[in-house]
Amino acid sequence: MNLDIKTTEIGASHYIVSLFGEIDAYTAPQLKDTLLSLIEKQGQLIEVDLQQVNYMDSTGLGVFISALKSTKENGGEVRLIHLQERVRRLFTITGLDSVITIDSTVRGGN
Amino acid sequence: MENYRYYLKRYIDTQDESALYQAEQLSKLYIQNKISPEEIINKHIQALKDLFPHLPKEIDLSMNFLLETMISYGLAYQEHQSMRKQQLSLRSEMELAANMQQTLLLTETPNIKGLDIGAVSVPAKQLNGDYYHFSTDKNGRFGVAIADVIGKGMPAALAMSMIKYSVDSFSDHHPKPSSLLEKLNRVVENNVEPGMFITMLYGLYNPITEKFMYATAGHEPGFFYDATKNEFTEIEGRGLVLGVSDDTTYQEYELALQDGDIIFLLTDGVTECRIGDRFIERQEVLEVIKHYMHLPAQTLVEKVYKHFERLQEFQLRDDFTLIMIRKQV
Repeated sequence: MNLDIKTTEIGASHYIVSLFGEIDAYTAPQLKDTLLSLIEKQGQLIEVDLQQVNYMDSTGLGVFISALKSTKENGGEVRLIHLQERVRRLFTITGLDSVITIDSTVRGGN
Repeated sequence: MENYRYYLKRYIDTQDESALYQAEQLSKLYIQNKISPEEIINKHIQALKDLFPHLPKEIDLSMNFLLETMISYGLAYQEHQSMRKQQLSLRSEMELAANMQQTLLLTETPNIKGLDIGAVSVPAKQLNGDYYHFSTDKNGRFGVAIADVIGKGMPAALAMSMIKYSVDSFSDHHPKPSSLLEKLNRVVENNVEPGMFITMLYGLYNPITEKFMYATAGHEPGFFYDATKNEFTEIEGRGLVLGVSDDTTYQEYELALQDGDIIFLLTDGVTECRIGDRFIERQEVLEVIKHYMHLPAQTLVEKVYKHFERLQEFQLRDDFTLIMIRKQV
């Protein structure tokens, strides 16, 4: 399975990372590299758009945990937006929605 | 050397079959003495030069060419062999690790008065990322831990041993499930790499109060079967996965068990299994469970496992763990 990553700089220290495809053990390293290299620049706001992600496994959650830990060290924030129901459920079950900001708008369906 | 030259000459002179047979014998000897292919070519060149001192220059040069080719070939072949050896030794180390893990994680299903307990846990690959453990104390209380280490293979297996030993040492005193998770979370947070985490549910059943106390660290919700209502509900409970933040606190939940009530605990290998492009829905898992409800706990969990193993054509994508605890008279 593939994951396409599109990074758009929309303002000073503000990026939108749009994802297309699936986040699993194969695609997760690529996403991790993208996010961590953005966070390293310090004090960045990174919005991750998951509208086009219909599958994510626990490896994907691991990537967001790494990103969260890295923002604690480097300052900055990662926000998740436009989550599909199935992906959102993962963040809810694991309690990660209590430590990562998640856009409340739920986009439906598979 | 002399032998090679002798038989070579005999063959050239007579084309005698027995000389060929001797060549075969010689090659076995060379293998025993670890003589490389290029050394044999070299012998051949020397023998030729001895026997026919006036060989055409072209033959002579072509022999040098062959020798160089064989030297390079020999080097590449050796490298290939040593990689194969390494691979074999890695594989046997993996097997050792897997065996050791199995021994470590072995847990016996205890006989608890008033409970019928069943459990199945099957790794998708050699090493299992799922963990479950049963314990009992002298007051007859029954502790159950179920966990899923996220991150696969060797690192996950190592993290698992850490979990096992921590749970063993904490659960000796049968603390409240919430405080066990809080302690465990600090151990995990301090010891795993950033992207790794663990989901876990820990529960404690008291046969005197007939209550099941539990706390969950982001673990896939199990099912509760209420026998009086003949109804399944999701086991409620929230909590952050282990290994994210060291000051996480956990909430305590409680289920009062009546005769016939059942608690099902599982890992997301059960609900996240995919058949082709399709996901198994939790509802489907329930349907399969319902189908086997009349069976004893251990038989039931095995039947459910077999069902999904068959659906996935015997190729599990994720570790599969299902535990069932039925309150009985």
